[in-house]
Amino acid sequence: MSRISTNPLELARQFALSRRDFIRSAAGVALGSSLLQSPIAFAAAAMKKRKVVVITFGGGARDQETFAPEGQENIPHMMKEMIPQASFFTQVVNRGILGHYVATASLATGTYETFNNFAAVPPNNPTVFEYFRKDLKRPPNDAWVVAPSNGFNRIGESNNRAYGPGTGARVILPKHLLTAAASGGGDYSHLLRDNYETPFYTPELGGNEFELQQLGNLLKLSVDDFKSHALTLSSPDELSVYIARRLMREVSPSLLWITMHDIDIAHAGAYSLYVDGIRRTDRLCSELWKAIQSEPEYAGNTTMLILPDFGRDADDDAGGNGFQHHRTGDALSRTTWMLAMGAGVREGVIYDRPMDSTDLVPTIGSMLGFQASLSQGKPIVELT
Amino acid sequence: MQPIELKAEQFSNYPPEARKLAEHYTATLAQLPPSFVPSLLREVIEYDYKFPVERKAVEKELETITALSPADRTEWFNGFAQIKLSQQLVAYDWVNSPGQFVEQLSAHLWATHQLDAFRAAATSYANRLAKVNPPEPPPIPRLGIATIGQGVTTYNDPLFRKLRPHGVHFTQVKSDNALDTMLNVVAERAKSHPVPYGHWYIDGGAEAKYDPAITCVSYHALEPARAALTSKMRSEIERPGMGPEALRTLMARMKPEDIGLRTSANGNSDPVITRFQLKVLTEASGTQIFATTFAQWTAREALRRAQPVTLLVRFAPRQKQKPMNEMISASANSPELDPVGSLVDADFGSYYNYLNQQRLPGADQSSFVSWFEGHNEAVAIGPKWAPGTQSNVPTDPKQFFA
Repeated sequence: MSRISTNPLELARQFALSRRDFIRSAAGVALGSSLLQSPIAFAAAAMKKRKVVVITFGGGARDQETFAPEGQENIPHMMKEMIPQASFFTQVVNRGILGHYVATASLATGTYETFNNFAAVPPNNPTVFEYFRKDLKRPPNDAWVVAPSNGFNRIGESNNRAYGPGTGARVILPKHLLTAAASGGGDYSHLLRDNYETPFYTPELGGNEFELQQLGNLLKLSVDDFKSHALTLSSPDELSVYIARRLMREVSPSLLWITMHDIDIAHAGAYSLYVDGIRRTDRLCSELWKAIQSEPEYAGNTTMLILPDFGRDADDDAGGNGFQHHRTGDALSRTTWMLAMGAGVREGVIYDRPMDSTDLVPTIGSMLGFQASLSQGKPIVELT
Repeated sequence: MQPIELKAEQFSNYPPEARKLAEHYTATLAQLPPSFVPSLLREVIEYDYKFPVERKAVEKELETITALSPADRTEWFNGFAQIKLSQQLVAYDWVNSPGQFVEQLSAHLWATHQLDAFRAAATSYANRLAKVNPPEPPPIPRLGIATIGQGVTTYNDPLFRKLRPHGVHFTQVKSDNALDTMLNVVAERAKSHPVPYGHWYIDGGAEAKYDPAITCVSYHALEPARAALTSKMRSEIERPGMGPEALRTLMARMKPEDIGLRTSANGNSDPVITRFQLKVLTEASGTQIFATTFAQWTAREALRRAQPVTLLVRFAPRQKQKPMNEMISASANSPELDPVGSLVDADFGSYYNYLNQQRLPGADQSSFVSWFEGHNEAVAIGPKWAPGTQSNVPTDPKQFFA
């Protein structure tokens, strides 16, 4: 079998071009370079009300199960409902470590973090939440993270001396919350799946996570109602979205970060479960977009950014086992995409120039009005 | 320690055959870069438990490196020589624990952004090695068979979507006795071409009756070993300070007897097979809990390592998805199965079997058949089957192997 190229950069470019062509043909959208300087298509919302919701489409999905022709059946909501309203960036390259926590932390700091992916440690560099809150003097409840598993509980704030404890985001771990709520009984096991890469690992909690007793105070949700609703859900990510919607309704943070993780069941090697995860995540992204449009605090002034933390290994890389893992560091596992929609975003446009996953934080900084001074990335001009 | 400091006596803890090999080539190993030597030693230390093709490959690799002129050696290993190691790695006991060193090296390469450089060096080296030692073609054209969908009565979505472009899609296969036909084909090939570890039957459930000339590994036969392994894992993770990396190291150090594999799960005492089974269970994700993952991964490893000329993989239903901790806690009780999900898994898994087979020498003459067990649908790929075509005429499965 032959490969198109062995040059990783060239491969990344080819993936991006393919992704662009697939989407253009399927969704009928325009190429962005011709619109780059168009003032007509650009209408930024007023800075003071601007909100940003980030969704990481995790953990790790490949083109052939998403934006390639054979994969589009798995993402009907993104293809039919969202892309026509969005700016789509076809070539987002992650040059860092491809472990979910460290990669998501890198997305959140705009710097390639190098800590142990499986350690319960905070990022070394300031997070987007710390820049946002400190620079703009925002209260603690204005930045929130909804994270999938206990491993992500330290993502809200870094150990950087200029920022650090007390300056970052509140972190809510719905599964942790449900475990505490369900201690009196009930079968919630289907919602408590955790850490697919290392199923035996549950790091100790610490940091600024949300406690059960705050359910009532902040989210106006009784423990019983929470438990009852949880029984109607089918996966951990559904639980995360339920909590995120509740947060939007009751707290309305200006910066909300939701990390999806169902897809990572791929590590167990069951293709059907991996694809089910993609389909569910696609649906949940659509539900969140609809929630944004229906919430008065968010409608019309919110930018939603969806991007995977990274991809997964290619079928033709003998060093991996295809979709199961993201261990080879090949171009397919490093090259992903980003979908932006809402306030300040041109609709139905595709940009295929290369960008870096560390560009996310400075881009959010430009949207919300803070400087990500220690980030390695650059603001994405098409979104600022 | 740097490789230049290597002494033959440092290999005293290696298994007997591996020790002889390492001692013989100590001078060669001492001249190689520290980012490379442990990777080679990881192969050498397993020499006693390797399949014949693997042994030959290690021997040839060492012979080839030894024969290089100093200038060629510099050129071949220049990429590896540029890799910067941490002091911690240099100080690591990579002679006795090369596998664990390589894991730590991998983490170091990711963290220091040297992974691409290492990959480039490894690819260049592998290409040079393959040029000097071109792979030998198999004694007979390779044949791969997969049966998928055991237990599924009806399925309306298209199957074999990844395989169809490579061969003929048959829609009227006569399914009566088709599995027996396939097992007989494997047995006949094993008898007519008795290559050691050359003919395999992997079953994701309980194995059907098979000829003793065939090497067989099955999920069902390994049930006691899987239970012993998951029990050990559960007790280990309850210990304070046990994280995923420590657990992985622990599993990498396990011996067959630690999980009751003193003899092969099928009754023989072949140390090569018991070690192979141990690695399938301890080095892979999902093989302990999902029968479909077990079948796919075992096939991948058999193809990569033993390079069989015949391989039949029969996928079986896996258990339904539950929380991981619950799945590894499952005892011998019959878990609830997910036949349709397993069919989707196996359909994709058989595609991976095909890809892995085609990575081996003689790919242009190889054949591959995937059959929806108990049904009339199959795909046949090979020199005599036109890619991307369909046959709607009644077909005896014997025709696939004629």
